[in-house]
Amino acid sequence: MKHTIAILVEDQPGVMARVASLFTRRGFNIESIAVGHSEKEGISRMTIITSGDEKVLEQVTKQLNKLIDVIRVRDISPRNVIERELILVKVHTDSLSIRAEIIQLVEIFKAKVVYVERDTLTIEMSGDEEKVSGLLKLLKPFGIIEIVRTGRIAIARTKNNGQRT
Amino acid sequence: MELSGTEIIVESLKQEKVKVIFGIIGAAIMPLYDTFGKTEKLPFKNILTRHEQGAIHAADGYARATGEVGVCIATSGPGATNLVTGLANAYLDSVPLVAFTGQVPTYMVGNDAFQEVDITGITLPITKNNYIARRVEDLAPIIKEAFYIARSGRPGPVLIDLPKDVQQARCQFKYPDKINRKGYKPSYKGHVRQIKAAAKKIMEAEKPVIIAGGGIINANASEELQKVALKTNIPVVNTFMGLGSFPKNHPLSLGMLGMYGQYAANQTISSADLIIALGTRFDDRITGNLKQFCPHAELIHIDIDPVEIGKNIAVKIPIVGDLKYILHQLNDYLDERKNSSWLIEIKKIREKITPQLEEEKGELRPKYIIKCINEFFKGEAIIVTDVGQHQMWAANYCQFMHPRTFVSSGGLGTMGYGFPAAIGAKFGCPKKPVVCISGDGSFQMNIQELATAIYNRLPMIVVLMNNGYLGMVRQLQELFCDRRYVSTSLAGSPDFIKIVEGYGGVGFRVNKKEEFYPILEKAYEMNQFVLIDCQIPQEENTFPMVQPGSSINKMMGVEQS
Ligand SMILES: Cc1ncc(C[n+]2csc(CCOP(=O)(O)OP(=O)(O)O)c2C)c(N)n1
Ligand SMILES: [Mg+2]
Repeated sequence: MKHTIAILVEDQPGVMARVASLFTRRGFNIESIAVGHSEKEGISRMTIITSGDEKVLEQVTKQLNKLIDVIRVRDISPRNVIERELILVKVHTDSLSIRAEIIQLVEIFKAKVVYVERDTLTIEMSGDEEKVSGLLKLLKPFGIIEIVRTGRIAIARTKNNGQRT
Repeated sequence: MELSGTEIIVESLKQEKVKVIFGIIGAAIMPLYDTFGKTEKLPFKNILTRHEQGAIHAADGYARATGEVGVCIATSGPGATNLVTGLANAYLDSVPLVAFTGQVPTYMVGNDAFQEVDITGITLPITKNNYIARRVEDLAPIIKEAFYIARSGRPGPVLIDLPKDVQQARCQFKYPDKINRKGYKPSYKGHVRQIKAAAKKIMEAEKPVIIAGGGIINANASEELQKVALKTNIPVVNTFMGLGSFPKNHPLSLGMLGMYGQYAANQTISSADLIIALGTRFDDRITGNLKQFCPHAELIHIDIDPVEIGKNIAVKIPIVGDLKYILHQLNDYLDERKNSSWLIEIKKIREKITPQLEEEKGELRPKYIIKCINEFFKGEAIIVTDVGQHQMWAANYCQFMHPRTFVSSGGLGTMGYGFPAAIGAKFGCPKKPVVCISGDGSFQMNIQELATAIYNRLPMIVVLMNNGYLGMVRQLQELFCDRRYVSTSLAGSPDFIKIVEGYGGVGFRVNKKEEFYPILEKAYEMNQFVLIDCQIPQEENTFPMVQPGSSINKMMGVEQS
C-alpha cells in the first residue's frame, strides 16, 4: 500500500539524514522524497512517498515524531490530497514527422517544449502520478535520453482533511 | 559578560548543577581542559579515566544510581569513537547522559583532518539527539537543550561536538532559562478516559499481573507502583530493568521474568488474563516467542514513549505519559480487592519451585555468594554488574529493596560496563556501599579503570565471579553445541590479586565457602578498594532458562535452579 507522508521539520543540519536513516532502519523504502521551505520561516516540509503495511507505517510515523527536529508527521491519504510532480524529459527526434508527433503529445498532455535541438526535444511537464507516467510511457518508443524528476509533492485539499495521523 | 566557548561550557555545567565529569583529554578538547585548569573553583569534580569507554560507563552508572544526568568528555577522532558503545548502551537503557566531544576546527571539518571523524553521523541512531556547535553563540542554547532533552520524557544520551575554534571564540554569555522546540513536547499526563478504562479493566480481571519495567525507576514511581499493587493485591513481576522498583521480599513480588527469569514469574504471566505493563518495551528477552507470549491476557500498556506502545504486542488500553503521575491517578480510581483465588493459584506455582539459595556445604558457589551479600547489606547496597552468568545470578537472587540499587547493562548487554559504572555510582552515592559483581571475562574489558578507582580512593568492593570462562556463552555451547568450548576458555587470565596490588589496591582470593562471608565483612570494614576473587565452579550453569526462540513458560533446567 502506497502512502504519502508529509513531515514538517525544523531546518537543522542533519535533519534529512535523520529522517532518511529511520526509513532505512525499518526497511521502508522511499519511492520519492521532496523537500523545501514551508510557509513558516525556519521550517521545511518533506513529502515522502513510500509503501509498506500499516503496522510498519505506524512505527515509522511514531519514530519520525520522536525525532527532536520533526514537528509533525501526517500520513495523508491519496484521496484527499492534490499531488504533483515536475519532470524534464529529453527525447530523440530523428525526423520532422517524429518531431510533429511528439509535439502533438505534448499538447494533449498540456506539457511544454522548453528546448529544441536539431535532433532532440526537451519537455517539461507537471502533474499527478497518472499523468506523468502516461506521458513517459508514450514518449518511450521515441527514445528517451534523460529524465529528471523532482519527486512528488502533496497538499491537502481543504484546511483539515487528508489527515490520518 | 563576554566569555570564551570553554568558559561558557563550564558556566553552563554549573547551571545544570553537574557535580562530576568523567573523561580523557586530547588536542581537540584541550582548550576546555585548560579552562578547567584556569577556573579557580571548578564547580564539579574532573575525573580522568583510563579509557573513554570507562568514562562514559562511569557517567552512565552515575546517572542510574542518582537519577541525575551523567556527563563525559572525549577528544576528537578515536576519543569520540571510543564513546560509541557507551552511547548505544545508554540509549537502549534510556539513561540520561550528555557527552562532549572535541572536533577539529570548523574550517577543517570535512577535510579528513587529523583525528577528524563525523561523530554526529556515527552516533545518529544511538543518541536521543546530537549537535555540532558551529558558532560560539550556539553553545549555551545547545547545552541547555541537551540537558533538557537528556533528562525529560524518555531519558537518553545526547552528544555535543565541539570544534576547537568554537571552544576558543568569545561571545556574550547568558544561560537561557527555557527551551522551545516545536518538535519536542513529551506528554506527561495520560488520557483520563483511558486511565478510567484501565481501572475498570483491572477491577474486572480475574488474573491480573503487573509487569514493572525500567520506566518505573526512570519516573521515580516506585512508591506509586507499590500503592497500586498493595491496594489491589496484584502480583508484580519485574523486568530486568525494573529490578528494585518493587521490594523483592514482598509476598506480591514474583521476581524477574524472561529468558533467564524466575519460573514462577514466567508461569504466572503466561496464565494471566490481564497484564498491566508499566514502562517496559517487551524486549525479546522478556517475551520469548512472541506468538506464544501471554496467550490469555489482555494488555494495558503505560509508557512515556508512544513508540513502545503496540511495537511488539497488541495493546487493549494504551496510555502515554509519566508513570508517577498516571499511577497516582489510577490509584484513585481503583478499589481494594483481595484476589484470593488467583493468589492461591500463584502460591501453588511458587511452591512447585522456589529457588534455593541455601547450599549445605562444599564449594563456593554463586548463589551462596549472593546470599552472603544479601545478608550483609540487606538490600541497602548499590549492586552493579557486568554481563554474563554472574549478572543473571545477581539479577535473580539479590534482594533488591529500593529503586536505583541495581545498575546493569540491559538492552545492549555490554561486557565491561559494570566496573566503570560502579565507579560512577560510587561518585554519585559516596555514602552508600557499592558492590560490583563482575565476571573474569567482563572485568578484563575495562580492567584499566582500577587506576581510576584506586587512585581516587573509592571504597568499593568488586566481587569477581571467577569461573575461568566466558561462562554465559560456554553454557550455550554446553547445551547446544555438544560442549565444544570454542573461544570461551579464559586460560591466560592474570592473577587478579597481583593486578589489583599492582595498582595499589587490596585483593583477596576465596576458594572455600566458609571463607567468603568473613572476607566480605573485612572488605567492607577496610573502607577502601577491595577485589574479592571468588573461585567458583567452572561449569556452573544459570538455570532455569528459556531456549532462544521458545515460549517463556517452557523453561529448561527448572530442577537445577
Ligand atoms: C562487549 C561484549 N562482547 C561479547 C559479548 C558476548 N557475551 C555475553 S556474556 C559473555 C561472557 C561473559 O563472561 P564473564 O564476564 O566471565 O561472565 P560469566 O558469564 O562467566 O559469569 C560474552 C562473551 C558481550 N555481551 N559483550
Ligand atoms: Mg566468567
